[in-house]
Amino acid sequence: MTQLLPLVLQNATARYRRTTVVGPIDLTVDGTGITVVLGPNGSGKTSLLRMMHGTARLAGGSVTWACDMATARANQAFVFQQPIMLRRSVLENLAYPLRLRGLNKSKALDQAADWADRVGLGAILTRPAPVLSGGEQQKLALARALITAPSLVFLDEPCAALDGKATREIETILTEALAAGTRLVLTTHDMGQARRLADDVIFLLRGKIHEHGCTKLFFDHPKTSEARAFLKGDIVE
Amino acid sequence: MGDLWLGIWQACVLVASADADLIEISLRSLQVTLTALVLASFLAFPLAALLTVRRFRSRRLVIAVLNALMGLPPVVVGLLVYVLLSRAGPFGVLGLLFTPTAMIIAQVIIIVPLIASVAHQSLRDLWHDYHDLLISLNVTQWQKMRTLLWDARRALLTAALAGFGRAMGEVGAIMIVGGNIDHATRVLTTAIALETGRGDFALALALGFVLIAMTVLINLAIHWLGRTEREGRW
Amino acid sequence: MTRVFLAGLLLIFSAQGGKSEQFRMAVTTSFHNSGLSELLLPKIKSDTGIDVQLLVVGTGQALRLAKAGDVDAILVHSRAAEEAFVRQGYASHRREIMYNDFVLVGPSDDPAGVANVTTANAGLTAIALTRMDFISRGDDSGTHKTETGLWADAGLDPDGFGAWYKSVGAGMGAALNTASALGAYVLTDRASWLNFGNRGDLELLFSGDPALFNQYAYLPVSAERHPHVRATRAARVEDWLTSPASQKMIDGYTIAGQKLFVFNAQP
Repeated sequence: MTQLLPLVLQNATARYRRTTVVGPIDLTVDGTGITVVLGPNGSGKTSLLRMMHGTARLAGGSVTWACDMATARANQAFVFQQPIMLRRSVLENLAYPLRLRGLNKSKALDQAADWADRVGLGAILTRPAPVLSGGEQQKLALARALITAPSLVFLDEPCAALDGKATREIETILTEALAAGTRLVLTTHDMGQARRLADDVIFLLRGKIHEHGCTKLFFDHPKTSEARAFLKGDIVE
Repeated sequence: MGDLWLGIWQACVLVASADADLIEISLRSLQVTLTALVLASFLAFPLAALLTVRRFRSRRLVIAVLNALMGLPPVVVGLLVYVLLSRAGPFGVLGLLFTPTAMIIAQVIIIVPLIASVAHQSLRDLWHDYHDLLISLNVTQWQKMRTLLWDARRALLTAALAGFGRAMGEVGAIMIVGGNIDHATRVLTTAIALETGRGDFALALALGFVLIAMTVLINLAIHWLGRTEREGRW
Repeated sequence: MTRVFLAGLLLIFSAQGGKSEQFRMAVTTSFHNSGLSELLLPKIKSDTGIDVQLLVVGTGQALRLAKAGDVDAILVHSRAAEEAFVRQGYASHRREIMYNDFVLVGPSDDPAGVANVTTANAGLTAIALTRMDFISRGDDSGTHKTETGLWADAGLDPDGFGAWYKSVGAGMGAALNTASALGAYVLTDRASWLNFGNRGDLELLFSGDPALFNQYAYLPVSAERHPHVRATRAARVEDWLTSPASQKMIDGYTIAGQKLFVFNAQP
């Protein structure tokens, strides 16, 4: 696997229509495991992920990788809260990132079929992706992100609209990816999911990192009053 | 009313008797229009894709011009092509005036803006859906265009059919650059204009019905092709 | 399925046969509408091997096409314009081939009394005095030029006419249709009139004045000015058009039992 990490953010800021939506952020993502970004709505979780991924324009500071930018982009993936399905079959959706990398069609389709089996979509290979259920779409999006064996995957609320069964299936896939050595950074609203998956937690508030620490410590002994209120379920602005 | 029934009757007789002249001009209509359609599609689709994915400074201007050109009177296109292809014009040496090639050139100019404009609208919608994913996958401009064009192919077919309809029914431009020469550049629409000018409304109507029937048949055939391709997928 | 479609396309594109000796001639709408060309062209092809492609246009456009060198020869009927054309060097010469005549057509109740006059001049004057609807081609064609010439002979100027003078800017058939719909008078060549077959209430009211004779002439485009024109073929077509074979066909051509053209080429 390509040496991508550490990912280092220094003073990184992203703006949307002249308002700073996130930052300045100082953060290092390294090693293995799952980092979970928590925070109330509008705290800038999605923007933080996009800024790290490189799809939100940097308004200030820097985002640097251990390798060059092109290699870094080629070895990471992003899973959106609303899965974006290509208007193609399940199989073709999965094969798409491989085809972009110049893999020949039959090999790409073989690998795609393997992955479809692995995430439980093997029975509906030829169905058009846009008509799948929400859970199926998210599994497909996840498999499509993992199929190129990225070193790092960002996930924005991957289980936001899913039922328990689908959530468990997604979490199983994530754990398997983790075991294969993939570094994960995800946002969630689901405290249970954060406890189950996270190695460390970032608590984001008003576009800034309010707390950052290992999961158990954050949940058992939050340092700030805002984090305590957030964990209690109070409204935090 | 008399002319109408006579026209329908004559159309039936012409078709039933497989009239040699009718077959000849119908085939020429198809040949000219389909060639123009293929060429125009090869120009218009990539242009529409480029306008969708690229943000260059004059993009809005190009789109506005394209939309305006959709309403360009074919006669004006015909005149321009005539002036260019005339022996006295810059491309006169090619000797293309009053040939099917000249008609194809005029039709391409007429339908490229239409096809590109309709295609651009559907590509823009698709691009709106795909934008975040394709940016995240870090695809090249070329790959973006290919992905959009492939996944919007059914909408592009509709755009092409709109172009086909316009080219097939066009008369002003091809009359000027083709000259409506019997056995050389006469097509259904120019034959209709000729018979109308002669005052033979019934025959003109008959040819008109044949034209309508052919356009409908081609549309059906292409939709049918689209469906067979879709089987097992969509 | 796709294969069937492609096979169909192939069939369409292979349908165009080989080409023989081509030759382009611009002729006037009135000549083409007479139907004579449909007899002459196959005969020219079998006798000389030349495939004459006809561009059916108004005299004005025919002259323009010849001026630009876009055709090899023209067959038109507007003497003054033709002579000027030869003088300016666009055509090598002018050869008279045949003539037909114009007729005045109008509503059968003839409110202007055109049927009772003895000259074309008097007929047009009667229409102008009674201000009855009159359809003019208005397209700078040979017929239109003849019409304006006749008004000038009568000392009248169409520019000063009122709403009764309708310039339609269309071909003879269309002008006849308009006249028929409006019950108006119109000047037409005899061939177009006969082929039109009197739809509606129109009737032939006046003919026979020598002022209405319509001389057709053949003008090959100057090869000096346009080296690409097919001058040899133009000469061969001219030879044929002035030959006894041509005379036989032209003089023998009738519509509804009426002779239309008089061959008058000088050998």
